[in-house]
Amino acid sequence: MIENQYIDLFTTYRADIDSNSAAGINYHREKAFEAFKALGFPTSKQEDFLHSDIATAFEPDYGINIRRIPLKIDPYTDYKCNVPDLSTNLYFLINDMFFDQGVPEINYPEGVYAGSLKTFAEQHPDVFSKYYNQAVDLEKNGTVAFNTMFVQDGFVLYVPDNTVLEQPIQLINILRSRFDYLVNRRILIIVGKNSQAKVLVCDHAVDSAKFLATQVAEIFAEENAHVDFYELEESSEKTTRIASTFVHQAKNSNVLVNNLTLNCGFTRNNYHVKLDGEYAESTVAGMIIAGKKQHVDNFAFLDHAKPNCHSTQLFKYVLQDEALGAFCGRILVEKDAQKTMAYQTNNNLCASPHTHMYSKPQLEIYADDVKCSHGLTTGQLDEDALFYMRARGIKKDDARLLLMQAFTDDVLRLVRLDVLRERLHDLVEKRFKGEQVRCGNCLICK
Amino acid sequence: MANLLNIKNLHATVDGKEILKGLNLEVNRGEVHAIMGPNGAGKSTLASVLVGNPNFEVTEGSVSFDGLDLLEMEPEERACEGLFLSFQYPVEIPGVSMTNFMRTALNEVRKHKGEDPVSASEFLKLMKEKRELVELDSSLASRSVNEGFSGGEKKRNEIFQMAMLDPKLAILDETDSGLDIDALRIVASGVNKLHRPDNATLVITHYQRLLDYIKPDFVHVLYDGRIVKSAGAELALELEEKGYDWIIKEFK
Repeated sequence: MIENQYIDLFTTYRADIDSNSAAGINYHREKAFEAFKALGFPTSKQEDFLHSDIATAFEPDYGINIRRIPLKIDPYTDYKCNVPDLSTNLYFLINDMFFDQGVPEINYPEGVYAGSLKTFAEQHPDVFSKYYNQAVDLEKNGTVAFNTMFVQDGFVLYVPDNTVLEQPIQLINILRSRFDYLVNRRILIIVGKNSQAKVLVCDHAVDSAKFLATQVAEIFAEENAHVDFYELEESSEKTTRIASTFVHQAKNSNVLVNNLTLNCGFTRNNYHVKLDGEYAESTVAGMIIAGKKQHVDNFAFLDHAKPNCHSTQLFKYVLQDEALGAFCGRILVEKDAQKTMAYQTNNNLCASPHTHMYSKPQLEIYADDVKCSHGLTTGQLDEDALFYMRARGIKKDDARLLLMQAFTDDVLRLVRLDVLRERLHDLVEKRFKGEQVRCGNCLICK
Repeated sequence: MANLLNIKNLHATVDGKEILKGLNLEVNRGEVHAIMGPNGAGKSTLASVLVGNPNFEVTEGSVSFDGLDLLEMEPEERACEGLFLSFQYPVEIPGVSMTNFMRTALNEVRKHKGEDPVSASEFLKLMKEKRELVELDSSLASRSVNEGFSGGEKKRNEIFQMAMLDPKLAILDETDSGLDIDALRIVASGVNKLHRPDNATLVITHYQRLLDYIKPDFVHVLYDGRIVKSAGAELALELEEKGYDWIIKEFK
């Protein structure tokens, strides 16, 4: 059994894991361990993982940094960020360690915390225990339990009530190692009543080693809070990313989760959104550009637990070469969630005959006064549009490029941050042109 | 000077069915030609073949354009050499802005001629000047290509693109179809303003009403894949009055 090596690892090094983390984090390990032993890793025999056999991703032997030995790099000099408006509030997780040297002093409004999960757990145990692991459902899948067992640090953004963070927070996950490496990181975002925050998380990886990254993100949007959570994956073909994002929304809150996959190896993103207060609004979106033998699987589950909530899902895939894409979007409207509006769209472009796209919309509705819809298309580039452009003098390849960019445009239009949207436009264009968009600097910032 | 366009014995098929059956046509600089004919005669096929639509296959014949072998060229090369088609059904391209589309096209044409890309300010000036020609407002720049355009706007947008690219030969494929009288007047006046002694226009139309506004030097009747009658502008009036039957009878 693949799980056994990790069960052994956990029991053998339990004391080391604990002593290099914080009590609040350690508190949840036992329960997670029990859940993991019962669940194991998901396999393609399970319906929700039909196209992504997670268990085999954990088969290889990876190094894991239980004793928290820091890497000798300084991302603040090595990964210089040059774009104003996005560059100031910059944080790094190097592998799964928060980089706490030389974090810039930022004059946040009172009560705001942005930084290490471990430190936050130590300094603010009450807030921490009120939220940490509370949006997570350990029973959802074994990788969430796995992450909770092993995780030692991560990133926290805490915004107290009635506070608007004007500047976006940027977290960069750097995967860097000379040998194959397993990282477990955690993101916790708490945005209080009437507060607002925007967070951008970028994944980078050097391509010399093989990485397996598990990530669990929890986002709490309290009453009337606005939260934007952008993720940009620009890792490597040797990177496996298993991420689960749990969103808990209170009354009148508004959350946007927008994930762009520009470069990856094997990626599985799970989104679990619970609309747990009336008039909450949620948008979960993804734009995926995958080529070669890349594999991207997004699973979104939107749970309408209260009446009068509004949710939108928009996922767009552009597959090239021999890429594989999978999407499953599930909308659950609970019995009392009357006047729900829930819409789901998934459009896919297979730009080569060797790509595979699997898509599955699912609606589960127990209320009787709701508006729900789903739309799914998978096809090739519009030949008429291609010809129309060529008839104006545009070369075939450029016309294809323009069409592919246009196809992904509405996902970018959801980005509620002008600077970021423009940067992303450039990155997408470069990606389609086949240019190397990865760089020594942070992508967004170069 | 040689003809701008010289079509000799052109045969073309679509889905294996022969539509053009030996068509001959010569167009010189400075001329306006109208091609008329009943439905199914092959008028739109001719336009499609000339611009290189891949759905049509040329099985015989030759076409020279400004001294070049047109049939050997990719559609984009034909456009860069100065061939323009105003589409009967302009295609909607959601997500591609008119600005982006037109700048890309214009720069390709310029590159082909060995010219530098157009500067941003020069481009904006050009856009403004040309859209005013067909009475399109400034929102054009940010709108997606043809998306949500009314029928009239789409046709005006075609003429706008023609004005931007300044072709040697413009083919107007049923540009009058679906236009109300105001749009027709705008489109025709745009075309007339663009006409010069060094370029030419080929108007493909089912009805004579567009020819009230765009005066052709020659009118040709296309029937069953061939041009069966050519004459001056007066032929259009005669066709309007008497229909095509008498020519078809004459031809048979």
